[in-house]
Amino acid sequence: MSWVAVNNQRVELNGEESILAVVRKAGVDLPTLCYHPELSVYGGCRLCLVEVKGRGVVAACHTPPEEGMRIHTNTDQLRFLRKMALELILAGHERECTSCSRSGTCRLQELAERFRVDKPRFQRQAPAQAVDDSGPALIRDPKKCVLCGECVRVCAEWQGIGALSFSKRGARMSVSTAFDLPISETSCVNCGQCAAVCPTGALVVKAQMDAVWQALADPEKIVCFQIAPAVRVAIGEEFGLAPGHSTTGRLAAALRRLGADRVFDTSLAADLTVLEETAEFLERVEAGERLPLFTSCCPAWVKYAEQSYPEYLDNLSSCRSPQQMLGSLVKRYYRTELGVQPDQIVMVSVMPCTAKKFEAQRPEFATAGIRDVDFVITTQELAQMIREHGLEYTALPEEPLDEPFAVPTGAGIIFGVTGGVSEAVLRRAYEVLAAEPAHEVEFTEVRGFEGLRSCELTIGDRVIRLGVVNGLANAAELLREIQAGTVHYDLVEVMACPGGCVGGAGQPISRGDSAVRRRRGVGLYLGDGQQKVRRAQENPAVAAIYERWLGAPGSSEAHTALHTVYSHREGHRSEADAVCVRNDTVRTTA
Amino acid sequence: MLAAAAVEMHELVSRILARHKKDPSSLIPVLQDLQDELRYLPKDCLTMVAHGLGISPATVYGVATFYAQFSLEPKGKYVIRICDGTACHVRGSSPLYQAICKRVQLEDGRATSANGLFTVETVACLGACVLAPVAMINDKVYGQMTPEAINIILDELEKEEEASDHICKTAS
Repeated sequence: MSWVAVNNQRVELNGEESILAVVRKAGVDLPTLCYHPELSVYGGCRLCLVEVKGRGVVAACHTPPEEGMRIHTNTDQLRFLRKMALELILAGHERECTSCSRSGTCRLQELAERFRVDKPRFQRQAPAQAVDDSGPALIRDPKKCVLCGECVRVCAEWQGIGALSFSKRGARMSVSTAFDLPISETSCVNCGQCAAVCPTGALVVKAQMDAVWQALADPEKIVCFQIAPAVRVAIGEEFGLAPGHSTTGRLAAALRRLGADRVFDTSLAADLTVLEETAEFLERVEAGERLPLFTSCCPAWVKYAEQSYPEYLDNLSSCRSPQQMLGSLVKRYYRTELGVQPDQIVMVSVMPCTAKKFEAQRPEFATAGIRDVDFVITTQELAQMIREHGLEYTALPEEPLDEPFAVPTGAGIIFGVTGGVSEAVLRRAYEVLAAEPAHEVEFTEVRGFEGLRSCELTIGDRVIRLGVVNGLANAAELLREIQAGTVHYDLVEVMACPGGCVGGAGQPISRGDSAVRRRRGVGLYLGDGQQKVRRAQENPAVAAIYERWLGAPGSSEAHTALHTVYSHREGHRSEADAVCVRNDTVRTTA
Repeated sequence: MLAAAAVEMHELVSRILARHKKDPSSLIPVLQDLQDELRYLPKDCLTMVAHGLGISPATVYGVATFYAQFSLEPKGKYVIRICDGTACHVRGSSPLYQAICKRVQLEDGRATSANGLFTVETVACLGACVLAPVAMINDKVYGQMTPEAINIILDELEKEEEASDHICKTAS
């Protein structure tokens, strides 16, 4: 067995790719700012420096360990260099910590404290750039950027978009969009993963907490909340509970104490999505057209498809996402039962997601200027509101949610984890295709956390081929294979965030810890197992909704209320390109 | 943008991309060819290059702004580079630079003269320290420059321009 010495302690090597991994295995927490376990190694922050005997000072993150290396992590020289590196990083950073939304979760703040940088000596050299809050979901403040490049890499490597890049050089270097355009004019899909990996407050989620407080304080308004599946298994982390610990009942209790009039479950709308999407799927399988069917629950994926793969928009399920289905039902039907006007109802979603903020603002999800979903707050924002109100979350009782959107099936709950939508659809589709209920409720073939998975299932006399993707770069890879004709699928589920919605950018900050996402996912599967009813089609509440309001899945009433259309949108395209495209169109039509 | 100009630009980019077989790793040579043709890199061209090579516009912008050889602003017909390396600096490159800026009437921090004829830049070292202070106008090197000497050179260039303008006008 080969080994190295870390601070004179023998550590065995077991395939670690970097000194950093070995040192951390030895129980020494080397500081890093630009290192992310799931992204490529950048080596820019110089905080993980170590001394290797015979080699001098090296950056641990990109130096592979070698047999017999003698590594030291805390020498006089290293302390001097590390502190200097931190001081230089701090020079370009606006240090208004008390009024920063990342205070307390900022990695730079934590490191400055840990290494006692009490008197940073250097000042910013380049002129400060302006804050960009043009987008619906994210705010970029270049004054707080430390150029670690995690946002640049997550956008390019995980989502395959590259809306951000380093530009210029030296003291003028910055992270910027193409031509420093406002973020709303780029191909950004609002997934927010850049904000999730940002160590500081340079990229943060655009909050709507104040608007929600205002609505709650207005006696004229009936404020209805909806809670997405992935929120319940993560919000507890903000209050010391373990990831995956489900707290649906406490969420309801907390929201009522904040002033909510109704608390609904988005998972129940997910049950509706299952029925609508399966009806659509079976219709296409029968006709053998417009396959594969792509899921449409993830608004980041939908925008990506609209701007990058317009030729596949026909394949996208026309189903609105569960968030928009519930918003539509509440404003269209539920309100008439309450006997109130549409503008008296305020629909607030609690989502693990930042792209949902964008989705709620899409013009097609509004009637006469009144949005189906008025405000979207993230898991983090709700936790903040609970703290602001002074509630002790863990001491709250478990309360039931409000009818008629109170009790979902297990199928609706697993929507929050990658593979969940596929499994929920299979639980319904199997019954129809095989003309008998499945013996097993679970389809574990589609479960897992890898970015790109596929499986084949024989149901009745058909073989159904499924692709399950998380990460838009993986989706692009799958689409390339589909285009090349090397693979064929009937159903493809796409979620933009790692692990699905459990890894959304609105969730409590987990610092790229994939184990946290997995535990949240496991929490959802546990919740599914505990549900009395686990197939969407067996939900009595859903049956009642169809009976009262919609007719049958796929009916024209259901289509108006629960479906949508997509259109090609420009991501980032030059004006000249656009002119030429127009000319081409003119030429081909002439 | 006028449709005709856009189509022309599109054709130029397509030609250059084809020359480099649309290889994403040829981004820098592609930008160099473009800059040779247009004397600068218009934003629209960069976006077309990004789409053509399958890389994000932000990445192309990053590369174009990283290298000093690329300019996103239109450059003058004559690019004057004043060496401000150590040797040139101590031999008076600063007064030289000031004199040129004054001569070509550069306003509020701009690098290119209003008539589009001259662009003035400084470079860290041209590697001709023995001739300090040194200036380069396009590809020609001028050694042991003084404010007076550079003014004479610029006068000559302007005269040439006027003459060629005159020829053009009479020819048409």
